[in-house]
Amino acid sequence: MNLLQQTFIYKALQNDIFGRYVLSFVIIIGTVIPLLNVFAPEGSMFDITTFTMTLMGKILCFAILALALDLVWGYCGILSLGHGAFFSLGGYAMGMYLMRQIGDRGVYGNPELPDFMVFLNWDALPWYWYGFDSFGFALLMVFLAPGILAFVFGWMAFRSRVTGVYFSIITQALTFALMQAFFMNKLGFGGNNGLTDFKDILGFNIQSDETRSVLVFTAALVLCITYFVCKYIVSSKFGKVLVSIRDAESRTRFLGYRVEHYKLLVFTFSAIVAGVAGAIYVPLVGAANPSEFSPINSIGIVIWVALGGRGTLYGAIIGALVIGYAKSYFTTSFPDLWLYILGGLFVLTTMYLPEGIAGRLEQLRQKRNGSKNDPSTPAKNAELEVAK
Amino acid sequence: MNTEKTEKFQSVLYLNGVTKSFDGFKAINNLSLDVSPGELRAIIGPNGAGKSTMMDIITGKTKPDKGEVRFKDNIDLTRHDEADIANMGIGRKFQKPTVIDSLTVWDNLDLALAGNRGIWQTLVFKLSSNQCERIEEIISLIGLSEKTEALAKNLSHGQKQWLEIGMLIIQEPEVLLVDEPAGGMTDYETMETAKLLKDIAKNHSVIVVEHDMDFVRALDCTVTVLHEGSVLAEGSLEKVSADPRVIEVYLGR
Ligand SMILES: Nc1ncnc2c1ncn2[C@@H]1O[C@H](COP(=O)(O)OP(=O)(O)O)[C@@H](O)[C@H]1O
Ligand SMILES: [Mg+2]
Repeated sequence: MNLLQQTFIYKALQNDIFGRYVLSFVIIIGTVIPLLNVFAPEGSMFDITTFTMTLMGKILCFAILALALDLVWGYCGILSLGHGAFFSLGGYAMGMYLMRQIGDRGVYGNPELPDFMVFLNWDALPWYWYGFDSFGFALLMVFLAPGILAFVFGWMAFRSRVTGVYFSIITQALTFALMQAFFMNKLGFGGNNGLTDFKDILGFNIQSDETRSVLVFTAALVLCITYFVCKYIVSSKFGKVLVSIRDAESRTRFLGYRVEHYKLLVFTFSAIVAGVAGAIYVPLVGAANPSEFSPINSIGIVIWVALGGRGTLYGAIIGALVIGYAKSYFTTSFPDLWLYILGGLFVLTTMYLPEGIAGRLEQLRQKRNGSKNDPSTPAKNAELEVAK
Repeated sequence: MNTEKTEKFQSVLYLNGVTKSFDGFKAINNLSLDVSPGELRAIIGPNGAGKSTMMDIITGKTKPDKGEVRFKDNIDLTRHDEADIANMGIGRKFQKPTVIDSLTVWDNLDLALAGNRGIWQTLVFKLSSNQCERIEEIISLIGLSEKTEALAKNLSHGQKQWLEIGMLIIQEPEVLLVDEPAGGMTDYETMETAKLLKDIAKNHSVIVVEHDMDFVRALDCTVTVLHEGSVLAEGSLEKVSADPRVIEVYLGR
């Protein structure tokens, strides 16, 4: 027991009530749903359809992505409107591995080239496809592709002190440019159709319920791990520097901190996390599509985090879960309305829930705890200020 | 503790012929200033005289159009940025109190605490018991013991000033630039601040900008009067306040 109390996870969750709830929920989704899908008798009341399970898996990937954005935006004030690009790059890296696994089972039966290359009359595999036969190499690329892009992009932007809305705009431009590029056939990533028709992953049939169950479980596991890593970062002194940059960037420099280094590290890390989310998403949905790069997707992530509540980590997960689920409901029931609903939700959030769902939860908790304990809570101090 | 270090050079800060224009308006105009090691210096001057801009130039926030800005005789400050200059040992308190709003008083001081500022070090940093004691010591010095866990945004204006002064002290710079520390303070607090700064000046160089004449008198040090970006007069408070040009500048508006 004592040993348990020493662990970081225990300490991290001790004061993070809502984080505990949210993670418990995530673990339930990630274990119970796959188990029921595989083992509950078909048609019984406990059966979970593969469609529902896949949906849950996708939403868990979105939650990982939301965490990545919350770390840079919620804590460090870097509003990236291009995180969809990192997500997609991670997805494409995984997709390339899955393409190579098809081997000669494609429509054209070419053992060397993916179908789309045969279709384009290419006679050899482009150099940047080398190595993707190996899962390990692909995994490395899942990290490196978004990581290096974020590092180079961030290095240029942060060094020249591009901040605020200017930074947001160039990240939109980045994802837009990548979308245009990935739509082109000659780039060698399947153009319009992207990468699809996957057969198996690590030798397991990618369509099978069992494989998908494992993917959903993996998504939940990675989400939990990401949560703890982010939690570690934000509770370290490094995390305080991030908040300091968000609140008073210039002041942070005068304290002697190299703001651009901090931003660069957290931005690159965040991009890698986004890439990992994409790499789990692609085998689940069975395709890597260039439209994932579209600017609107990146804005969507911002809305999840804003609705869930910035700078709390668990809020980002709530936002992704709620909107992810709502989106699937509305796009099947009222497909034309979804964008209006999303827009409306965003407006309502900014007007009535400026701190998001998490902010409201914290408020309620403080109200319930009353003023008897913790004299330092912000609400109490605010009252004292007014009373003066 | 700094005495042996400070004896090695003649000026801790040396500005010569510094000029800075904003859209053609010369905020700093051929400004020269020489502060010796361990000196306490007060800078006064009407609003817009260029006092804060001078601090911006020293701390690397603003690059001068021309002129020399030197630290410890031979470090050219115009070639360094804010973080570098802060790490060399020049600390600053802003005119508008600038603390980290969403961090607690404790965390603000933890951030300012002298120590390594590298990204990897801060990721694994743990406060030592000495450092904790140091933070507690500063917290009681600035009179915020009751507010240790309060968020900085919930402090009063005066308390923020104190917190920022605390951050400046715990940063352990060799030179402290203090811009209008008494703003928002009661008379009593103002005098306490003057006392504190005089205390600090025993083993640091301190440059204070302030309007409050009682405060400047309490500092009892050399006064430099800035006007339209250059030095109008320099000397003891009695001497400069008797200077007709100073009277003209202060009373003529
Ligand atoms: N970044 C800036 N851009 C334009 N004008 C500035 C800037 N900083 C200062 N100034 C101008 O320079 C003059 C000096 O300002 P400042 O140094 O703040 O004066 P003081 O601190 O002595 O009251 C003012 O007229 C101010 O408007
Ligand atoms: Mg000023």
